[in-house]
Amino acid sequence: MATYILQRLLQSAGVMLAVSVAVFFSVYGIGDPIELLVPPQAGAAERLELIQRLGLDQPAWQQYLTFMGNALHGDLGRSFAHGVPAVGLILSRLPATMELVLLALSLAVLVGVPLGLFAGLDPHGKPARLILACTVVGYSLPNFWKGMMLILLFSVLLGWLPTAERGETVTVLGIRTSLFTADGLRHLVLPALNLAIPNVALVIRLVATGTTDLMTQEFVKYARAKGVRPRRIVGRHVLRNILIPVVTVVGIEFGSLVAFSTVTETVFAWPGMGKLLIQSIYQLDRPVVVAYVMLATFLFISVNLLVDILYAALDPRVKLTGGAA
Amino acid sequence: MNAEFTQDAPLLDVQGLKTVIHLPDGAWPAVDGIDFTVQRGEVLGLVGESGSGKSVTGFSIVQLMDSPAEVIAGRVLFNNEDLRLASEERLRSLRGNRIAMIFQDPLMTLNPVLSIGEQMAEAILEHRDVGRQEALRAAADALVRVGISLPEARLRQYPHEFSGGMRQRVAIATAMLNAPDLIIADEPTTALDVTIQSQILFEVQKLARDSGTAVIWITHDLAVVAELADRVAVMYSGRIVEIGPVDEVLDRSRHPYTLGLLRSSAAMVEPGQRLNQINGMAPRIDARPSGCPFRTRCDRAMSICAEQDPTPTIDGRHGFRCHNPMPQRDAA
Ligand SMILES: Nc1ncnc2c1ncn2[C@@H]1O[C@H](COP(=O)(O)OP(=O)(O)OP(=O)(O)O)[C@@H](O)[C@H]1O
Ligand SMILES: [Mg+2]
Repeated sequence: MATYILQRLLQSAGVMLAVSVAVFFSVYGIGDPIELLVPPQAGAAERLELIQRLGLDQPAWQQYLTFMGNALHGDLGRSFAHGVPAVGLILSRLPATMELVLLALSLAVLVGVPLGLFAGLDPHGKPARLILACTVVGYSLPNFWKGMMLILLFSVLLGWLPTAERGETVTVLGIRTSLFTADGLRHLVLPALNLAIPNVALVIRLVATGTTDLMTQEFVKYARAKGVRPRRIVGRHVLRNILIPVVTVVGIEFGSLVAFSTVTETVFAWPGMGKLLIQSIYQLDRPVVVAYVMLATFLFISVNLLVDILYAALDPRVKLTGGAA
Repeated sequence: MNAEFTQDAPLLDVQGLKTVIHLPDGAWPAVDGIDFTVQRGEVLGLVGESGSGKSVTGFSIVQLMDSPAEVIAGRVLFNNEDLRLASEERLRSLRGNRIAMIFQDPLMTLNPVLSIGEQMAEAILEHRDVGRQEALRAAADALVRVGISLPEARLRQYPHEFSGGMRQRVAIATAMLNAPDLIIADEPTTALDVTIQSQILFEVQKLARDSGTAVIWITHDLAVVAELADRVAVMYSGRIVEIGPVDEVLDRSRHPYTLGLLRSSAAMVEPGQRLNQINGMAPRIDARPSGCPFRTRCDRAMSICAEQDPTPTIDGRHGFRCHNPMPQRDAA
């Protein structure tokens, strides 16, 4: 187990290095941020001074080496636009995104697993066909359109919920969160729902096909021959098998939602990480974009490792050994 | 073919049981109107070639036939209660408790992600109001009886840590947990070596003697039947073609098919004698000949065999379905 984790960490270091090269040079190629950064009325001297201060006069590879040198000391650079450390800036947006994602994924599991089980047990019945048809719609509608429809319905027409932005926050355990205020929750509902819908659909389909398949397995018939109650057959024999793919999918979705909820955060003017990423790309705020991608990569790697460990805990056939890649 | 008339009602009385498989081109009988009884504490061997309907018979008794199969006729009287009319909850309370089953394929029958202990204990906990610890202790005892040592450690393991033969023994131990009235065992010792097999046969006989448990032992192995069973039923094309006490049926077979089975079984032929396979293959379920289904492979077939399905002939406790049976001969 320890060897396995060590090996995984070494692999991760290699991945991080490769990603740093790729993202640094591609961001470098996108455009010159200096036009956006220098005030229009500034003189040539002022402009040159800024270029030098940001190190933009040096060749790309030199800039990369400087970046890597600093990165190894834990410094991923300062935002051009905000003048603060890029990592700090990104992490300050983390709680807002995190509460959105956690709520959305909890919904996905709490709604998706029971509905999926229900649909999977009688896949040809009317209710199951209706549920599965809804998942196709829920999964394939574009995110921004769904977001706007939610706003139109619940905010504009019905006036039940606020249209956008984060609500009132309180500090709990040192983290500013809107999960514990009524106003905060009211603001959370629509964006969380918007993020949740495709994931609910995904989990329903995953659980439904898994359930249908598992119910025909010989071990289910054997459990019935032992007189095991249907409740226990579904709730223990089947569910225990279903959890394995669900954990994998929810884990991967967690990573990508935290890193790339850009559309939902933009539609709902949610001050999270995704919105910051979009702004930074528009402003050609290179250090923030590079730091963002590096952090996202780190997040994906950690989540993957965690999923693999959970996987081994859930499936007795899987052993984490140093030999496996 | 109710050949015996005893004072007590039998434990199991199957009458006219018929189970069809629904295929796109119609419903074909996998079990085609069979009658037999099992007394308390009796071991009935059920033999026949692959596809003759032995497993379907076992599952039909406990009403565990799922689509595309369906039990369409007959009565299954278990302790005088017709299981075909029983509610699903009533059947559940009997399955694993009064009627236990051992499945044919030990590799597929255990849930890969639940421990052996949990899967054995649930067979008790779903039927009796006892604690988990007590259930696990009973499971450990049962494992010892089928020759598995260090049972406590074994109970904490998962199916993939067990070999095929070990899993088969787990299934046998599980079936014995509630000292059921009837065990339906589908080829339970095929994957086991000879010493383990005889230990298990011994345990089964002991259970039959001590707890009055009856056993339907489905097998290809006539030697096991000869050693273990009190009576034997021979199946062909979904019917019982011969049934009776073991020595009657095996030593004085009346149906040519039974004789064919004996002559093709290595264990039943005297050393030095030739093995004779039965001609041809068993017909598929949807291509069975008219009249007697065995006639196309039978060297005693006559013209009537194609025209009429033979009705049961009963000779004491010995029954058979044949137009031209082997002549009766005295015991050697
Ligand atoms: N679920 C099913 N779907 C289709 N056909 C089936 C099904 N179950 C059984 N059959 C058919 O019913 C017939 C009897 O099958 P059964 O499994 O009872 O044979 P068996 O005597 O147990 O054979 P074996 O010795 O190979 O186990 C076979 O022709 C088989 O193909
Ligand atoms: Mg079979």
